[in-house]
Amino acid sequence: MFYREAGQFKTSYAADSAKFPIRQDLVAIWIYLAIGFLVIPVFGDKYFIEVIMIPFLVLALAAIGLNILVGYTGQISLGTGGFMGVGAYSCYKMATYFPDMNIIVLILLSGFFAAIVGVIFGLPSLRIKGFYLVVTTLAAQFFLEWAFIRIPWLYNYNDTGAINEITRESFGYIITGAQSDYTVKYLVVLSIVVGMTWIASNLISGRIGRSWMMIRDMDIAAELMGVRPLYAKLSAFAVSSFYCGVAGSMMVFFWQGSAEVEIFDYNRSFQILFMVILGGLGSLLGSFLGAAIIFILPIIIRAAPDYGIPIQAATADHISLIIIGVLIVVFLILEPLGLARLWGIIKQKLRVWPFPY
Amino acid sequence: MNVHDTVLSAAMDDGIAPGEELLHVDNISLSFGGVKAITDVSFDILKGEIRAIIGPNGAGKTSMLNVINGFYHPQEGTITYRGEERRRMRPYQAASSGISRTFQNVALFKGMSTLDNIMAGRTLKMHKNFFWQMWRHGPALAEEIEHRKVVEEIIDFLEIEAIRKAPVGTLPYGLQKRVELGRALAAEPSLLLLDEPMAGMNLEEKEDMSRFIIDVNQQYGTTIALIEHDMGVVMDLADRVMVLDYGKKIGDGLPEEVQKNQDVIDAYLGVSH
Repeated sequence: MFYREAGQFKTSYAADSAKFPIRQDLVAIWIYLAIGFLVIPVFGDKYFIEVIMIPFLVLALAAIGLNILVGYTGQISLGTGGFMGVGAYSCYKMATYFPDMNIIVLILLSGFFAAIVGVIFGLPSLRIKGFYLVVTTLAAQFFLEWAFIRIPWLYNYNDTGAINEITRESFGYIITGAQSDYTVKYLVVLSIVVGMTWIASNLISGRIGRSWMMIRDMDIAAELMGVRPLYAKLSAFAVSSFYCGVAGSMMVFFWQGSAEVEIFDYNRSFQILFMVILGGLGSLLGSFLGAAIIFILPIIIRAAPDYGIPIQAATADHISLIIIGVLIVVFLILEPLGLARLWGIIKQKLRVWPFPY
Repeated sequence: MNVHDTVLSAAMDDGIAPGEELLHVDNISLSFGGVKAITDVSFDILKGEIRAIIGPNGAGKTSMLNVINGFYHPQEGTITYRGEERRRMRPYQAASSGISRTFQNVALFKGMSTLDNIMAGRTLKMHKNFFWQMWRHGPALAEEIEHRKVVEEIIDFLEIEAIRKAPVGTLPYGLQKRVELGRALAAEPSLLLLDEPMAGMNLEEKEDMSRFIIDVNQQYGTTIALIEHDMGVVMDLADRVMVLDYGKKIGDGLPEEVQKNQDVIDAYLGVSH
């Protein structure tokens, strides 16, 4: 009823190609941002911010990264966990070598290391497609995991084999480390995620994003339109790995505190891939929805005893695994484009309501 | 003709006078293992003409187009395009030298809208780099809008305004073919290769498509190489016709000459060898 574009006329191509052509969508985005930046830091408690919001944002960023590769370029990858690890370990190494540099800068720089590694492991995509590419990226995953364990230089030769966040200040606030304030951490994470989502949406709506989608939809025709597969595929690998790398280093420095290689294993890769599939291939909104459902659903189910439903913690975990498994199967069969597509259908229905079309 | 039409036709001007040779194919032979797809075929395409390539199924017509735009690399023979001889080239090099094509089976980008598909045809004309694209607002958006104007011109020309925002996967076949023509036109080609643009269309759609092909040829001066099975269309549209059969050239000339050629009649009707 309120979601209606009647009376909104576009008078320029710029207005017509805007990301939110319907005014209500634009208003909604600003409201969400206001909630994220103002309401949650003020009213959110430590548990909500540290256990739900920060991990959700970090995983959503990784999902955006993978979505650029899988959803927009059509190159399936199972190396996400490894690329996130590259970001985390390079950020850790840089933080030890350059103690005076701002940690936010280091986190963004760590993305470049992940991008380089991503490009190297993306090279096989020029020759192979589909399942075979899955296998080579899985090889990347196992190789990187091996490197994180076997190269002690990466974790500064410490006994635990883990990398720990290092306390750093920036702009007068302690933003990483045990003494840091959770609200400050949350705001930093949110700013990085919002900024990088905005950049991703810019890339996707421009020439580069279009060339990715051309490769995805019909690579032969794309080549004839002048897209060079080398540049298109490798740039997708680079951007995707950059996002995953930044997500990985944020995971260590803002969420986990300390990290062993296990948090970057192939389970992580699958987790992010399921977020992308469930949320919606080729949709930024879908990356957030997928991260929400895969990460937050188990937390809600685990909290069931608090609401008087007597289940044990182990049972709750099994139930959430079952639900997510069923959801993935159902979505693959009924709505391969995921939650984002469902949301699009709902919006389309609302636009023409009460008429069928 | 509106003001914009002149923009496109000026852009398509490549400095070769009408009637001069645009493309020359010399003794091309192409085989896949033991199968000879094309045997020793030579022909030329003149600037500004509509050149039809016809022949029974499996005669090597599509292979010939694939050779011209760099998908297949012939074992023997050379191709001279705009006075430059070339042996091997990649499809994107062909695209950047002004060769554009449509496909026999529609090869649109299914997940994208009509508008994005035609914008995709402008890929080579857009140059703003990664960092401008990241920012979008400013030069990248200005470039996008500049190209959007050309794309809108093509959308007007092909009368597909109503489906501008529709995902191409949902469009009927006839319209998909039209969008594909639009995508090829968006590259401002000097040589446009059309691979059975009218296959599977009804009479009305064929008439529309024929009109567009003639308009493209006359308004923009685009040279067209056309593969088509509908002989009525070929004889009406084409300036010259080449006939292939089993990978060999069996006829070449004006439509009326080809129609009278005994080899061609035999190839189409079948004779006992």
